[in-house]
Amino acid sequence: MDRRGFLTQSLAMGCSLAASPLVTPVAFASAPGEARLVVLILRGAMDGLGAVMPYGDPGYAALRGALPEGAVDLGGFYALHPGLAPLEPLWRAGQLGFVHAVSTPYRDKRSHFDGQDWLEAGISDMSGGLGRDGWLNRMLPLLGGARADTAYAIGNDAMAVLHGPAPVARWSPDTDLTLSPQALRLAQLVMQDDPAMARALATAFDLADSDGDPVAFTGSQAEMMSMMRADAKAARGSGAETRMAEFAAARLREDARIASFSINGWDTHANQARGLTRSLDALSQTILTLKGGLGDAWDQTAVVAVTEFGRTVRLNGTKGTDHGTGGAMILAGGAVRGGQVVSQWPGLAEADLYERRDLMPTRDLRAHLGWIMRGLFGLDGSDIAATVFPGLDLGADPKLLL
Amino acid sequence: MRFDPVIADIRFGCGRSPMIAAPAGVDAMLDGLRAPDAMAQRFPIEDFETFMGRMRTKDALSKILRQQRGTPAAEEARAQNRELNKIARKDHWRWMASHIARRIHSETPLRERLAFFWADHFTATGKGGVIRRGTSPYMQSALRPHLASRFSDLLFEAVTHPLMVHYLDQERSVGPGSARALKKPNKRFGINENLAREVLELHTMGADGPYTQDDVRQLAELLTGLTANAKKGRVFKKALAEPGAETVLGRSYGGAKPGLRDIRQVLDDLARHPATARHMAWKLAVHFVSDTPSVELIATIERAWLDSDGDLMAVYGALLRHPDAWVPARGNVKQPFDFITSACRALAVPSEPLIALREGPFRIRFADPLGLMGHIWQQPDGPDGLPEEDSAWITPQGIAARLQWAVSVPQLITPALPDPRNFVETALGPDAPEAVRFAASAAESRADGVGLVLASPAFQRM
Repeated sequence: MDRRGFLTQSLAMGCSLAASPLVTPVAFASAPGEARLVVLILRGAMDGLGAVMPYGDPGYAALRGALPEGAVDLGGFYALHPGLAPLEPLWRAGQLGFVHAVSTPYRDKRSHFDGQDWLEAGISDMSGGLGRDGWLNRMLPLLGGARADTAYAIGNDAMAVLHGPAPVARWSPDTDLTLSPQALRLAQLVMQDDPAMARALATAFDLADSDGDPVAFTGSQAEMMSMMRADAKAARGSGAETRMAEFAAARLREDARIASFSINGWDTHANQARGLTRSLDALSQTILTLKGGLGDAWDQTAVVAVTEFGRTVRLNGTKGTDHGTGGAMILAGGAVRGGQVVSQWPGLAEADLYERRDLMPTRDLRAHLGWIMRGLFGLDGSDIAATVFPGLDLGADPKLLL
Repeated sequence: MRFDPVIADIRFGCGRSPMIAAPAGVDAMLDGLRAPDAMAQRFPIEDFETFMGRMRTKDALSKILRQQRGTPAAEEARAQNRELNKIARKDHWRWMASHIARRIHSETPLRERLAFFWADHFTATGKGGVIRRGTSPYMQSALRPHLASRFSDLLFEAVTHPLMVHYLDQERSVGPGSARALKKPNKRFGINENLAREVLELHTMGADGPYTQDDVRQLAELLTGLTANAKKGRVFKKALAEPGAETVLGRSYGGAKPGLRDIRQVLDDLARHPATARHMAWKLAVHFVSDTPSVELIATIERAWLDSDGDLMAVYGALLRHPDAWVPARGNVKQPFDFITSACRALAVPSEPLIALREGPFRIRFADPLGLMGHIWQQPDGPDGLPEEDSAWITPQGIAARLQWAVSVPQLITPALPDPRNFVETALGPDAPEAVRFAASAAESRADGVGLVLASPAFQRM
C-alpha cells in the first residue's frame, strides 16, 4: 500500500472508527436487562470486626476495647465503624446491609496475593491448576445478550475477577488520548497485526472519545501538552475511588450492567484506628458517589464489597491486626434488602475461633455472591454451581435482595 | 536459536541505541556485569548511608515537635521538616532522571535491567515522611553492588535492610517472651508476621512453596530482634528477640545467644532451597523471555542455580545460553519504565538537560505518563511489585497512555527529532515490519512518525 492509497482508504472510512468492539453489533437484539451489579474488591484484607463491630458478643470488649466515638448502633448487637457513618441514611432506608463471618475457601497461608487470587478466581481449589478466569467473567455468557461494553474493569488494577474469555471493557478515567486524525488511523494500522494491542487501542479510542474531549484533535502542540498536564494532575490527586465510581455510574446508566474496581489500603498491621477510618471513609464516599451518579438506576443496583480475608480477632503488638480468616461483606443499593446483618455468628470465645486466632467463617462468601447474581439477573442456580463457582453448594437463600 | 545482537539489546538490554553498539555475544554481556559500574559514577544516586542523614534530621525534628508542642521552636521544626521533605522530593525525581540517563548511556545495559528486576523482586518503600524517598538509595546501596554475587548475599542485604525492615513492619515486631515485652507487660508487644511471610512467599520459595503457617510464625519469631534506626541502620536488639530456638522447614535455628547470625543462616538455607531455585528460575524466565516460558528453560536455570549454590552469574549465564532466549519473535510487552527508557535510548535523549529538568516539567514528561501506563514510580501496590503478565499492561488506558506519550513527549526532550523513516531502523533493527515503515513515511509530522514507531507492537514488545 502506498501513501496515496492509504489516504484514499482513510477518507472513505471517514472519521468513524472501524472495527471497534464497542460499535460492533454482537447482539443488539437482547440487552441483559435492567439490573446492575458493582463489585468492589477491597485489597489488603478489610478488618470485618472493625468495620461491623459485634459489640454484643461477650468477648468483643476484651479483644477490641470500647466502641470508638461516632460508632453507629445497628440494633443491639453490631455497630458501624464511624468511617461508615456517612452511610447510616442508607441503612435506615433499607439500602445498606452486611454479611458477617464469611470467607472464600482459602485457608491458612493468609497471603494477600493468594487470597485475592482465590477471591477473584472464585474456585474451590487452586492446586489443580484450573484456569485463571475470574468468576465475574464466567458469569457474563449466562446473562444473554452481553456485549463487550456490558462489563467494565475500571482503574489501573488488573481486576482478575473480570479476566477471561468473555470480552469486557477496561478503562481508567485518568487516561486521555489526543491525536491528529491521520496519526489516529496510522496507529490502527501499525497495531493491526497484534490482536491484543489492536483490541486495547480500539477500546481506548472509543472510551477516550466518550469522556468529554474527542481523540481526534487539530489544535496546536502547546494545547495538546496543556491537556496532558491537566489529565496528569487529575490522576495524581486523591479521590481515585470517587472518579472510578463516577465513571462506573455513567457507564451503568447507559449500556453497562456490571462494573468492578478496587479500593486499596486495608492492610492495617499498625495503628489501625487511623488507617481503617481512612479506608472506610473512602468506601463510604465511593458508595455515595455511585448512588448519586446512578440516579433512578440505583433502584436496580446491588453494590457488593468483598475482601480476600478477615484479620486476627486480637490486636497485635502495634495496635493493628494481622492476616486472618473470616471477614465481612458490605452490600448497598436499591436492589438490596438492607437494614440487616446476615450471619450465622460463630462467637468470639477462644474455642469458637479459627485456629484460636481468627473469626471462624460460617459460610462461603461465594454462596452469597451466587444468590445475589441469581436474584439480580435471574440466573439458574445450577448454572452458577456449574460455571461461575464450580462445585459450590449454593445452600439456602440468604435473602439479600428485595 | 543463537545469540543475536538486536535481540540482545531489545530483550536483555535497554533497547537499541544510535550511539552504543550492541554486545558481541553472551560472554560480553556477562563480562559487563563484572566491569566497574561506570553509569553509577557518571549519574550518581545517593547511597543509603548518606540518605540516613535525612532520616536522622527528621527524627530530631520530630523530637522537638513532640517535646515542645505549641512553642515557636516546634513551629520552626515543622517548617524545617517541610523543607526537608521538599528537598528529598526533588532529589527523588532527580534520581529517577539518573536511572533514565543510565539506561540511555549504558554499555552494559543488562546491569540496568537486572537492577530493576531485583528492585522489583525485593520491593520496598518508605511509608511516611522523608523515608518515602528512600527507594533509589536502597537500590543503589543494597542491591546494585550485589547483582553479580550470590543470591544469598542479595537476599540478606535486602531482607535485613532498614527500608525493608520498615516497609514490612519488622521494626515493630517484638517477641512476646523477650526482655522488652516482659519488662513492660502492659504495652502488649507482639510479633508481626509480615516480613517473615513475604520472605517465604515472595523473596524465596514462592506462594506454592512447601511451607506452612507454622513456618511463617517460626521465622517471624526468629526474625525478632532485627530492627533498624536512623543512627545505625540495620541493628539487632537482643532485648526484642524471642528466646529459644525456632524450627523453620524442619531445621532448628538459634537457641543460644540471639543475633543476626541465625537470620543469616536461615536466609542462606532458604536461598539454596530447591523450591527457591525453581521459583526464581521461573521468575527470571518470565521476566526476560515470556509469560509462558518452556519447561526446559526453567529446568536449565533451576539446575544452574542448584549446581552453583545460587551464584547469579551462573544463573544469568544459563538463561542467556539457552536457545529460548534468542527466539526471534518478540514476546513480552515492555513494562512502562522499559518502554519510556528504551524510547529515550533510541532517541539518544541528551542527559544533561534531562538531569537538570525542574520537577514540574520532569513529572509531566516522565513520572505522570508512567503512572497512567500503570506504574506509579516507587509507590508499589504491595510487596509483590509490578505484574509480569502482558495482559496487565495491554489495557486500553495503558496502550492509550503509551501512544499519547510517544507522539507528544519525544519532541520535548530531544533537540531535533530524527527522520521517522530512518528512526524505524534505529529503534527496531533491520527486520522492522512493513506497516511500521509505511506509517513512519505516511505520518504528517516528525512527531507523529516517531511516535508511531515507538507505539508499534514491534517496539513495545521485547
